[in-house]
Amino acid sequence: MDTNQYMEMFLEESREHLQSLNDGLLGLENDPEDLSILNDIFRNAHTIKGMSATMGYTKIAELTHDTENVLDLLRKEQLKVSEDIVDTLFKCVDSLEQMVESIGEGGPEDVVDVTEIAAKLSALVKGEAAAAPAAPAAEAPAAPSIEYDDTDKDVINQALGSGMRVLHINVALTESCVLKSARSYMVMNALDQLGDVMKSIPPAEDLEQEKFEHSFDVVFVTDAEPSTVEETLMAISEVDKVVITDVAEELKAQEAAAKAPAAPAPAAAPAAAPAPAPAAAKPAPAKKAAAPAKGAEKKAPKGSQSVRVDIEKLDNLLNLVGELVINKVRLEQIGITHRLAELTETLEQMDRVTTDLQTVVMKVRMVPVGQVFNRFPRMVRDLAKELNKEINLTIEGEETELDRTVIDEIGDPLMHLLRNSLDHGVEHPDDREAKGKPRSGEVALIARHEGNNVVIMVTDDGKGINADAIRRKAVEKGMISQEEADSLNDADAVRLIFLPGFSTAETITDVSGRGVGMDVVRSKIETLGGHVDVETKVDEGSVFKIKLPLTLAIIQALLVKVQEEMYAIPLGSIDSTINIKQEDIKTVQNKEVIVLRGQIIPIIRLGNILNVPTQEGEENDDIFVVVVHLGERKAGIVVDNLIGQQEIVIKTLGKLLAGLKVISGATVLGDGRVALILDVSALM
Amino acid sequence: MATPENNVQVDNEVQVVAFKLRDEEYGFNILNVKEIKGLTDITRVPFASDFIKGVINLRGSVLPVIDLKKRLGLQNTPYTDDTRIVIVRSDDIEVGMIVDAVTEVITLDTAHIDAAKVVDNETNRFITGIGKEDDRLIIMLNLDAIIGLQEE
Repeated sequence: MDTNQYMEMFLEESREHLQSLNDGLLGLENDPEDLSILNDIFRNAHTIKGMSATMGYTKIAELTHDTENVLDLLRKEQLKVSEDIVDTLFKCVDSLEQMVESIGEGGPEDVVDVTEIAAKLSALVKGEAAAAPAAPAAEAPAAPSIEYDDTDKDVINQALGSGMRVLHINVALTESCVLKSARSYMVMNALDQLGDVMKSIPPAEDLEQEKFEHSFDVVFVTDAEPSTVEETLMAISEVDKVVITDVAEELKAQEAAAKAPAAPAPAAAPAAAPAPAPAAAKPAPAKKAAAPAKGAEKKAPKGSQSVRVDIEKLDNLLNLVGELVINKVRLEQIGITHRLAELTETLEQMDRVTTDLQTVVMKVRMVPVGQVFNRFPRMVRDLAKELNKEINLTIEGEETELDRTVIDEIGDPLMHLLRNSLDHGVEHPDDREAKGKPRSGEVALIARHEGNNVVIMVTDDGKGINADAIRRKAVEKGMISQEEADSLNDADAVRLIFLPGFSTAETITDVSGRGVGMDVVRSKIETLGGHVDVETKVDEGSVFKIKLPLTLAIIQALLVKVQEEMYAIPLGSIDSTINIKQEDIKTVQNKEVIVLRGQIIPIIRLGNILNVPTQEGEENDDIFVVVVHLGERKAGIVVDNLIGQQEIVIKTLGKLLAGLKVISGATVLGDGRVALILDVSALM
Repeated sequence: MATPENNVQVDNEVQVVAFKLRDEEYGFNILNVKEIKGLTDITRVPFASDFIKGVINLRGSVLPVIDLKKRLGLQNTPYTDDTRIVIVRSDDIEVGMIVDAVTEVITLDTAHIDAAKVVDNETNRFITGIGKEDDRLIIMLNLDAIIGLQEE
């Protein structure tokens, strides 16, 4: 059967449910008595089982089934929650995750050997002597009858005449069934092999769109035995019940009923064709279960409606809004050049609309950082165990929103910083006690807004970073000279950890310290247009601070001119612009510098760096300097002219020009020309 | 790939957009040509390869432009009113090529295209063959090599 169209949905929902399984298990570990958490976990596992069985992934289904057995015993309090059990369950979730990811990459599901876990699970179940009694089967309701019109009757009679059987089949799916349309498709497919489906209630289109409750009716013409049909259908997973009645008898009964006017009209008809349930109502239970289980206090289910949208469509939308902004700027310029007051006024109105539109589109692309954060509690728990440390992780500001593209990329750097804090930052409990600190280390992951940026901090109350150790190491590795090291202040010295090839760990552990640490974190964050910094105090702890722009596609920039060429400098990295005279530029060790408010900052002559062809002309005595900053460092960029501040839409330069230094992208200006965007961090 | 699919080719014919570089005539397969555009503002891109003239704005998207004469090692000539930018496409890469003039779209018999063996020098790898039509010689170019995807 063709399940490809459901693949995306399956993968996404599986991931969601696995995540809530993880959350649930973490909750359970802290509060083993909480039955509501167990119920949530059970529901999640059950859904995964159902979905994977539907998609034909039997390995996943089997493993979740075994998991469910254990969970069931826990739920019925026939088994006590122990560390061993929780660990085993975590392992199950890990294996399931690997399987799902493998499927997502187009690989087979059996990438992990689950026999050991399965054995462990069944041992847990058997350890519990009192086997759980089988759930009593629910009373089978009689299959509702169908009303047949004259055409139907003709066909039925014809079929009966040619010695075929006409069966009315009522197929009921399990309550928890998620991919109902896939199920009904499988049922129809199976039936097609045995005979002809004459009609279905609701009609086939409604079945495809899941416009039915948990059961549907089929009138089926076949020469197979009813028992064969029933067996075939029951073999499809998540089919709860199959009730088969003979249509010939039904017809007789209906005729009899019609003849007796006192008898009530068959009330069954409306029941057989239930009003299509509102589409939004269906995914609701799954969503509820997916919400992270936060202890006993549960949020009341909200009536919020959501739509899943392909990220590509959003990118497209954003591009179009970008075009609109470009053209708006262009119109503004026409208005100014030709002094058209009316046009300018209208454009002011339009400006408001486009700004709103832009904000809305941006917001649509925003997702809460919680999506990334929620996998960390589990990771920290495992890592703390591995390192024999006691860690208390606090997460704040999960609701802070960031652009989807940033969210996708930020996970790894954050994970690395957390690992670092755990491995190098927080000391062993005994050492901590000796220092007079509480045994368990506090690690926090905090996200919050700061102006037009989002700041994510990873803090710990560990041993901090020793600036002298860093200096020594850097000199040892030949990254800087002894004099350079001595001239660095402590804050700058600590920043050396962001240089490539730096690792201070005495021993290389599995966790961090393979020398591919902080520089990767830094470069990743810088490609996202952000930057990372560190503050530390020996024996008090460290704070890693990541600053990220809210959006990546449309930014404010300062346009500058070098000879006849126009460049854009992102406003986010600009400190100020100043106007100086030639004689204000001094030289220190053959490098040009200026003194700005008592601070010595190096000068970068943009024209020289970019090899701008020089044109004949008088040397201007007035020099424009754009002071930019990168973290704490500053530099002055010398340009020929300042054009003004403008909203620009960032465009890539394409494959052919990828990887250019200093140039991070391009933008189309109001007059249709292309200006290049400078990468300030590469200039410094 | 620069080699076209066969859907527009009738029998053994190939349609070619012919253009001039100095006094010689060159051609791209028409299936690779997206549009032909007059000369517009070209923004120089620092640190790019020397044959890349810069980038242009093509209806809101930014497109690199190759100086074809420089790429083929021909002497530079000043721009004229006939100078055009031929926008070509290979795989998912779109790029403009500056040419001296676009002459015509011409249909060549594949039997009349010789493998490039006459010009045996550096630029050889940019050439796929030489087409003959009456008295004219049209040098067929290897788009992928020119764009630089097939590295030397």
